[in-house]
Amino acid sequence: MSRDGTLDGAIDIAAPAAAVLRPAPRRRGGRLLRACVTNPGFLIGLLILMTVSGIALLAPWLFPGDPQDMVAAPTLWPGEDWAYPLGTDSLGRDVASGLAHGARVSLMVGLSATAIGLVIGTLVGASAGYFGGHVDNILSRLTEVFQTVPTFLLVIVIVAIVQPAASTIALAIGVASWPTVARLVRAQFRSLREADFVMAARSLSYSAPRIIVMEILPNALPPIIVTTSVMVANAILTEAGLSFLAMGDPNLVSWGSMIGDGRDLLRTDWFLTALPGAAIALTVLSLNLVGDGLNDILNPRSGLA
Amino acid sequence: MTGLGRAGRTLRRTAWQALPTMIGIIILCFFLLKLVPGDAADVIAAEAGSATAETMAALRARFGLDQPLLMQLLAYLDNLAHLRLGFSARFNMPVSELIMARLPNTLMLMLAAMSMALVVGILAGWVMAIFANRWPDRMLQVVVLIFYSTPGFWIGLMAIVLFSVKLGWLPANGNMTIGADLTGFALIADRARYLVLPSLALASFFIAVYARLTRASMLDVQRQDFMRTAAAKGLHPVTIQLRHALRNALIPVTTMAGLHLGNLLGGAVVVETVYGWPGMGRLALEAVTGRDFNVLLGVLLFSSLLVIVANVAIDLLHAWLDPRIEVH
Repeated sequence: MSRDGTLDGAIDIAAPAAAVLRPAPRRRGGRLLRACVTNPGFLIGLLILMTVSGIALLAPWLFPGDPQDMVAAPTLWPGEDWAYPLGTDSLGRDVASGLAHGARVSLMVGLSATAIGLVIGTLVGASAGYFGGHVDNILSRLTEVFQTVPTFLLVIVIVAIVQPAASTIALAIGVASWPTVARLVRAQFRSLREADFVMAARSLSYSAPRIIVMEILPNALPPIIVTTSVMVANAILTEAGLSFLAMGDPNLVSWGSMIGDGRDLLRTDWFLTALPGAAIALTVLSLNLVGDGLNDILNPRSGLA
Repeated sequence: MTGLGRAGRTLRRTAWQALPTMIGIIILCFFLLKLVPGDAADVIAAEAGSATAETMAALRARFGLDQPLLMQLLAYLDNLAHLRLGFSARFNMPVSELIMARLPNTLMLMLAAMSMALVVGILAGWVMAIFANRWPDRMLQVVVLIFYSTPGFWIGLMAIVLFSVKLGWLPANGNMTIGADLTGFALIADRARYLVLPSLALASFFIAVYARLTRASMLDVQRQDFMRTAAAKGLHPVTIQLRHALRNALIPVTTMAGLHLGNLLGGAVVVETVYGWPGMGRLALEAVTGRDFNVLLGVLLFSSLLVIVANVAIDLLHAWLDPRIEVH
């Protein structure tokens, strides 16, 4: 359920734009801010994302107590009892509370999986692009191996081996999703490696790690930032699929597991499936809107206007 | 050079390039298998109820588990070369037979989903590019973005509510009417009815991907010189759009379609579970619940090889469609 490389086309076209952005650092802040404010999709996405994050952060105060506790009669429809505005599931658990606490799980897994994927992908991609030659050959082969293996199956295998918990799921998704970043970073480093400012840094005999981290990486950031939001979206979708298949953390309520539980009552109480799915769709939509917006803002020349 | 000779050379080159990837995947699967807690001897001992340290050692020696890791890897490679993926204790049959029995169903589902995604996605993207930045484009962009963001299995579940429960048009479970002894056209129609909802659920996300890609690459093509030339020599706008724009815009789409095969297989795991579709994905899941890692890794290995083979085929198709590609 991942989307490795979906944005590659857009980013390949946009790669030279990063170079265009570099001069004129003083006017850049103002231009970026103006581009943000005049991009309605980006603003809407940011608003939804901030709302979801707010609910996730405040869940323990908004809905105190364990969301897995039975609180009312089972299968109350939304609006039937205003103490439980979104109804209750087959075990009498509050759906609204489950959604709020599920937001924590989805966002946490999404963010940590992306962080892991970004670290591995950047390390591999930067080394391959900067050093070239044999290092590049071997690392590119490795990237290709992980890109060929069906991501979702690999995540299932890893989680099955190491036992499901929120942390291991994040790790598995991160391990399976780094190739996109690696390819992107490698392409950026290959084009920036020959730039004048890198030559200057080399002639000052800076060490390779210093050039990679302090000189090239900041200039390679814009497309990486765009990919980050898409990666978080992917990770949330993957986690949802995994916990829908009852392979998620058994001690936590997540949106995917709510869909999985609600599926048994699909014919009668379909709202139990519809609500958590809508929450996933809304969150992923907001991340994609932010990603598209960032792409327009950071790479103004890209074709995906 | 003839088309056939070119295809032969491309085949040799791409097959040669695919070889290291294939070996890499096999090694990855081998190490994942080694990471699994407990080995074959443990499984047999657990089934027997008890075992002494001596019988365990004898069992390990019999399975070659006391050999150094490198020797075990070589034995694993030797097994694969003879298409022996191991034996499934849970299903009581060889893993390769198990996979082969499920493969046609998964392939049919993937083929249907991929065709649907390509046809609908390219059409939507084309319409979006023609009406770029006007209201049909904006409206479709919203629809596409929603498809892009919604989990396919959830679309599948909602489609069951609408089309199976409320309207009663389409079946929601299985891949054919059980016990209905159908032949000829009736058989095909029956299968097709069962195929509609699962392939829609699997295709939904990819429809969005191809629509976005087609739109972007169509807009890109419109700026090319040959488009101006075609218009200048007085070709009909429809001819220009079909024969010059669309054809060139499709190359990135087909390349992406090849890259997505792995994701499509991953998505099939969830969709097959939703619809009770007896394919490879559900087999993988049954293997997880049964903790049958021979089957699980067999599925992983086999589907990865499937992706490689499909990509070689797409490379061949490209070389045949566009002779310039061989230069790269």
